[in-house]
Amino acid sequence: MTEFLDIVLAASFWAAALRIATPLIFGTLGALLGERSGVLNLGIEGIMTAGAMTGWLAVYLGAPLWMGLLAAACVGALVGLLHAGLTVQLGLSQHVAGLGITLFASSLSWYIYRLSVPSSGSPPKITPFAPVHFPVLSDLSWIGEALFRHTAPTWLALVLVAGVAWGLWRTPLGLALRMAGESPQACEAQGVSVFGLRTGALMAGSALMAVGGAFLTTAAFDSFYFTMIQGRGWICIALVVFASWQPGKALLGAILYGMFDAFQLRLQPLVPEIPYQLFLMMPYLLSIAALVLVSRRASVPQALMVPYRKGER
Amino acid sequence: MRLERRERVPALALVAAPVAAILAALSLCSILIALAGASVLAAYGTLLNESFGGRLGITETLTRATPLIFTGLAAAVAFRARFWNIGAEGQFYMGAIAVAALGSINFGLSPMMEIPLLLVCGALAGACFIAGPAILKVQFGVDEVVTTLLLNFVAILLVSLLVEGPMRDPLSFGWPQSEPIIDTAVLPHLVERSRLHWGFVLALLAAAAVAFLHARSVFGLSTIAVGLSAPAARHAGIKVERVLIMAALGSGMLAGLGGAVEVMGLKGYVTTDLSPGYGAAGVIVAMLASLNPLGIVPAAVFVAAMFVGADAMARAHGVPSFIADVIVATSLLSMLVALFLAEYRVRR
Repeated sequence: MTEFLDIVLAASFWAAALRIATPLIFGTLGALLGERSGVLNLGIEGIMTAGAMTGWLAVYLGAPLWMGLLAAACVGALVGLLHAGLTVQLGLSQHVAGLGITLFASSLSWYIYRLSVPSSGSPPKITPFAPVHFPVLSDLSWIGEALFRHTAPTWLALVLVAGVAWGLWRTPLGLALRMAGESPQACEAQGVSVFGLRTGALMAGSALMAVGGAFLTTAAFDSFYFTMIQGRGWICIALVVFASWQPGKALLGAILYGMFDAFQLRLQPLVPEIPYQLFLMMPYLLSIAALVLVSRRASVPQALMVPYRKGER
Repeated sequence: MRLERRERVPALALVAAPVAAILAALSLCSILIALAGASVLAAYGTLLNESFGGRLGITETLTRATPLIFTGLAAAVAFRARFWNIGAEGQFYMGAIAVAALGSINFGLSPMMEIPLLLVCGALAGACFIAGPAILKVQFGVDEVVTTLLLNFVAILLVSLLVEGPMRDPLSFGWPQSEPIIDTAVLPHLVERSRLHWGFVLALLAAAAVAFLHARSVFGLSTIAVGLSAPAARHAGIKVERVLIMAALGSGMLAGLGGAVEVMGLKGYVTTDLSPGYGAAGVIVAMLASLNPLGIVPAAVFVAAMFVGADAMARAHGVPSFIADVIVATSLLSMLVALFLAEYRVRR
C-alpha cells in the first residue's frame, strides 16, 4: 500500500501524467471539433502519425521547433481537407473514409520517412523542446517539478482547451458549428453553409491532431518510430464520447488517462510476477469501460455521421 | 451543379469502378516511385513479375491472398449490416492463438478429425472476441468502431503475453513464439514445392458460402435490410438486434478462421508479427469488391500481389516497400470516389 502512495506522491508522477495527456488533449480537441460539426474523423490515427513524422522531419532538416509544429499543422489541415472532400462534399461513409485516411496518411508518412532517412540501427535524433522555466514557480521543491516544468506545447494544449470551449459557446461561429452538427437543415435555412463549416472544422481539427502527433516527436521523445501512435488516436475518439463532446471534460478525461497510464508504468517494476502485458492492456480496456459508463447519458450531436446533401432528406 | 442518385447502378460500373480505382492509385503512386529516383515502368514491371511471373510468384501471391480473403469476408459480412467491425486483426489473432494452443497438444486424433475441429475452434475464438463489442453495441449503444479498434491492441498484448509466458516454445532459443502444432493438424500443401496450402481452397469455399447465404437465405436478406435502414427493417418485423449480433459473430468467425488457417497452413506457430495488418487490409479488400463476397477473391489477390511484389521492388529499385501500403490505401480512397460516381450522376 505504501508503494502506491509513494508513486502517487512523487512529483514526477504528476509531471508524467500531464505529459502523457498532452497529445491526447490535442487529438481529443481536434476530434471534438469535427464531431461537433457532424463529422466523425477516424483519420485521426493516421493524421497523428503524419504530424509526428512531418514535425520531426522538418526539425531534422533544420527548421526551428515551432516551424516543425506549424508544418505538422499544415499537413494535418491538408489531410483534413481530403477527409472533408470525401465525407462532406461527396457524403461518403465516414467510417470507411476515415479508416482509409488513416491507412493512407500513416503509410505515406512511413514511406516519406524511409525515403528521407536511410535505414539504420537507431533512428536519428533531434533536440526536442526544453521545459519552460518560470521564475520562482519552477524552482519550488515539489510543486515546481510536478506542475511547472512542462514544455511549451503542453501549455499551448491547455490554452487551446479554454480557447475551443470559448469559441464553441461564446462566438457566433461556434454556435453555427454546433448547429451544423445538430441540424444542418436549420443551418442552411439560416443561410450558413454546412459544407463550409464542416470542411473548416475538419481542417482545424485535423491540424490539432497533427500537432498532437508532433508533440510526441518534438517534445516527449526525440525521434520518429513506425509504431509511434499506438492507438492514441482511437483513445482520443473514445475520450470525446467520454467527455460528452465538451472541451473541459475532454481535458479531465485526458488527464485521468494520463494519470492512469503513468501509474501503471510505475507499478510494473514493483510487481514483476504480473506479466507487463496485463498492465499495458489496462488503458485500452479502461477506455472501453469508460464508454460503457457514459453510454446511457451520451448527448451525441444529432447529425453526427449523417451526411448532408442539399435538397435530400 | 447538383448530384443526383441514379435509379439503378449499371452493372458495368460495378466492375469498372475497382479497375479504374486501381489504375488511378497506381498512377498516383508512380509520383512517389519517381520521387525515390526509380524508373516507374521498371519498378512496376518488377512488381508484376515478382507477384504473377512464374509458378513461385503466383503461388506466393495466392498464399498471401488466403488470409486477406478471410478478413475481407469478415469485413463484408459485418459492413453489409452496417456493423463496423474494424477489429478483424484482433479476431484473427484469437483464432490463431486458439489453434496454436490446441493444435500443439497431441490428442491422438486423425487429421480428418483434428483439422475440422481446430478450424471450428479458431472460428469460435474469433466470434468470442467480437461478442463483447456486439453486445455492448446492442445493449448500451456503445459505438463498435472504437471498441473493436481498441480490442486489436488488447489482442496483440494477449498474444504477446501467451507466447512469452505459458505458450512459449522451449526450443525457440528465447525467441517469443508458441510451440509448433503437431503434424496431423497441418493443412497439406496444394502445390508441390510451394507454400500454397489447402487454406486457399477453404477461403474460396468460405467466399462461396457467404455469397450463397447473402443471396439465398433469410439471414442474408435481413442483414441487407438492416444495413439499408434499421428502422425500416424493424418495421418489417426483422429483429434488428439479433441480426446485428449474428452478423458480428459471423464476421468474427471468418476472421478467426483466417487466423486458424494461417497457422495451420503456413506458419505452424504464432508470433506477435503473424499478421502485417491483415485486419485493415481486409477492409480495403471488402470495399474494392463493393462488399460482394465473390469479388473479394480477385480484390484479395490484387492486394496480396502488391505486398508480394513490393519487397522485390524495394530490393531492385530502392523504393521503400511501404509503397505497397500506400498503393493499397490510395486504391481504397479512389474506390470510394469511383463507387460514388457509379451511384450518382452530376447534373448541371
